[in-house]
Amino acid sequence: MADDREGTVAELQKKIKEAFEVFDRESNNTVDVREIGTIVRSLGCCPSEGELHDLIAEVEEEEPTGYIRYEKFLPVMTKVLQEKRYRPIPEDVLLRAFEALDPAKRGFLTKEELIKYMTEEGEPFSQEEMEEMLAATIDPETNAIHYKDYITTMMIDDS
Amino acid sequence: MGSGTSTQHHFAFQNAEKAFKAAALIQRWYRRYVARLEMRRRCTWSIFQSIEYAGQQDQVKLHDFFSYLVDHFTPSSHNERDFLNRMFTEERFPQDSEMDKCSDYECIEVPDTYTGPHLSFPLLPGHATALVEAFRLKQQLHARYVLNLLYETRKHLAQLPNITRVSTCYSEEITVCGDLHGQLDDLIFIFYKNGLPSPERAYVFNGDFVDRGKDSVEILMILFAFMLVYPKEFHLNRGNHEDHMVNLRYGFTKEVMYKYKIHGKKILRTLQDVFRWLPLATVIDEKVLILHGGVSDRTDLELLAKLDRHKIVSTMRYTTRKESEKQAEAKKKDDQASCAQRPTPWFLPQSRSLPSSPFHLGPVPKSPKANRSCSIPCSSPLTRQELSRQVRRSVDLELERCWRQAGFPAVGETEEPLSPVYKDLDTGELPTATREEWRQVVDILWSDPMAQEGCKANAVRGGGCYFGPDVTEALLQKYNLQLLIRSHECKPEGYEFCHNRKVLTIFSASNYYEVGSNRGAYVKLGPALTPHIVQYQANKATHMLTMRQRISRVEQSALKALREKLFAHSSDLLSEFKKRDTEKTGLISLGDWAAALESVLRLGLPWRMLRPQLVSSAVGNTLEYKSWLENLAKEQLSRENIQSSLLETLYRNRSNLETIFRIIDSDRSGFISLDEFRQTWKLFSSHMNVDITDDCICDLARSIDFNKDGHIDINEFLEAFRLVERSCSKGSASDGLPGTDAASSGPGRPGAP
Repeated sequence: MADDREGTVAELQKKIKEAFEVFDRESNNTVDVREIGTIVRSLGCCPSEGELHDLIAEVEEEEPTGYIRYEKFLPVMTKVLQEKRYRPIPEDVLLRAFEALDPAKRGFLTKEELIKYMTEEGEPFSQEEMEEMLAATIDPETNAIHYKDYITTMMIDDS
Repeated sequence: MGSGTSTQHHFAFQNAEKAFKAAALIQRWYRRYVARLEMRRRCTWSIFQSIEYAGQQDQVKLHDFFSYLVDHFTPSSHNERDFLNRMFTEERFPQDSEMDKCSDYECIEVPDTYTGPHLSFPLLPGHATALVEAFRLKQQLHARYVLNLLYETRKHLAQLPNITRVSTCYSEEITVCGDLHGQLDDLIFIFYKNGLPSPERAYVFNGDFVDRGKDSVEILMILFAFMLVYPKEFHLNRGNHEDHMVNLRYGFTKEVMYKYKIHGKKILRTLQDVFRWLPLATVIDEKVLILHGGVSDRTDLELLAKLDRHKIVSTMRYTTRKESEKQAEAKKKDDQASCAQRPTPWFLPQSRSLPSSPFHLGPVPKSPKANRSCSIPCSSPLTRQELSRQVRRSVDLELERCWRQAGFPAVGETEEPLSPVYKDLDTGELPTATREEWRQVVDILWSDPMAQEGCKANAVRGGGCYFGPDVTEALLQKYNLQLLIRSHECKPEGYEFCHNRKVLTIFSASNYYEVGSNRGAYVKLGPALTPHIVQYQANKATHMLTMRQRISRVEQSALKALREKLFAHSSDLLSEFKKRDTEKTGLISLGDWAAALESVLRLGLPWRMLRPQLVSSAVGNTLEYKSWLENLAKEQLSRENIQSSLLETLYRNRSNLETIFRIIDSDRSGFISLDEFRQTWKLFSSHMNVDITDDCICDLARSIDFNKDGHIDINEFLEAFRLVERSCSKGSASDGLPGTDAASSGPGRPGAP
């Protein structure tokens, strides 16, 4: 039993190390703090921006250098994975979120509506983020996002 | 109805809160999606780079192999001697005076049926522009004009100094372009977007014009033409690919021979001459240094300015004056002995037996990442004897065994490190450069910047150094410079600053690995010398793809290349898996799977991240490894009548084999006899430590000879292993066979060498 648990932790840590090294450009066990979000998310977590900031605060140096060291990142991230924090969002929950923005139940959001919600509500998108999402989601013929189909497509991609 | 307004407010508030929460959820989900895309993109990039660099190491190993053969092989029979003769000889490398006398091109007639561009000399700007247009329309320049142009180019280059000095007084803006690698679309795009070269528009092209892409010849023609027409404004630097030895492997030689079947050899020989006369660096306003690779802590611009650059025909091989004196003595002794005369290998133009690459000490480096801690400091090199001895010892031991296995006589003990047993046919021998001079040139053509301070040997490439920001700073201070512009490395955005913005990498071959893999860029400098970068991607299709589509397309390409590599190592992988399957269940954990892959392939890739793309058959945390390997094989194998281990080995070594076959086929007819094929394969397989019976080799040879005429067409061989398909995906011109690979329709190809 003890072996199983250790085996799992060891495997988790190898995963964390791999993900970290992909961004460790200089091969000196540090990554730019701006890449932490990508690393954490690609390890299966789905934190909000606020949660991410808190996490970064935990792994940063006392005097922030702009770089995060692996030695500080590993124990914190191991705990995150063991506790299964920041769980990803299931398909049906995502669907309900879109539906909440579409009270008339039309089945779609217009481009303008999407822009309004994504850039004014929640944790707003930057212009770059907004443009990329538009490019990928808006159906050019209707100038709208048919969210049900969209979600289905994305979920396949995501697995 | 209750108090209307407060209920409305309540509902409004609830709705607002709902909207806020819903938006936050969608954003949170979307950001994770984007992060995963980014991770996939990075992994894909790592795959391409690790395969590319591993290939470059192979190149060095291959040359070590050949130089060892040259040093130690004493043919014991007439057959073997003849075979070696054929394998290693060609006409002597022509001397400079010969080049002047032999106007090869004058006797070549241009037929009336020729519809391509015509050139007359001295060239006029109209000719150069006409060439661009003609090549854009996919015409081919006649061999006569090619040779004439090369001849004039060489004459011009020989007058130029090693380091070109340029000023922004004459033409206000100077445009610097990086690697083009045979991608004509990118060059045409640059001229279209930035304007053609002219007295008002100066250009510097920073090396690596050829190899990999399919239009290297056309690029050279255009660059040389503009250089002749605007000598004050149009400048070229030599890159590490302006080197006939590198060209043998990376596609340029093949391209020339395909496009110019009759005169290709002449063209290639003339090109050797042109390449070695290319300038080494360019300096703008005494402030900006432009060279292809990088620098080392020993870089000495004064030495570089003074040396005879044309003595360095190839940066892959080196010899010293002292060694050649030693050889002259040893030769005199041996001439009297009744040893077989070993012919001088044509592909080692300095016609001397040579020590292996000085960078090969100790274990073969694993991956770009693993190498950073490899410590072979540039600053304290071993003496020549120590180096030589170390390398010889390990190579000796290995090859001794191989030679015996292959049935050749064992090599004698205790020899002079360099004691060639051949007659020097070349009395007016080519003068040699000193070791220091050679090293200086290798450094500037092969080095890469790194983030850490210091300077260490670039074991990944097998040549040059990794240089840190302190090395850059010291060099810039020493020579009162402010910026170093270099190329040599592909970057996703086409450019990258490093070392506190004191080093700029500029790379002009867009979609280098695959359509959508990267942008190209060029940089413009005005009198203020502020770099202004322009990026592009010379493929309309990419603009219409979303980021997700671009990434998955490139990713598919990378994974395909990676799966091929995995297949090529199937036997080794199987034994690694078995080692970890102690209870012989036929299953291993995914963690063990990842560890096994890394220990065999040594590419430093994030296997656990890649696992979902490579393994579809895992159940829980375990994998049935035998069936996984079988599935891998099913994808790759196409001919059942060839033993799969042979196929595997051939696949793994196919770039090397291709190079060897081209060397054997010394008259470049495209044919080698079955006998030569067998002998070569025997030699090669013993060096590479493969147990193959003679019968198998005969079967293999016979099965490859499709039309049963006793000869193997190199194309037959390549076709058998779908190599031509891969090179056709670069563009169907290279080998004359129809492109069948539908997945890669654009320029550039996956990173396998």
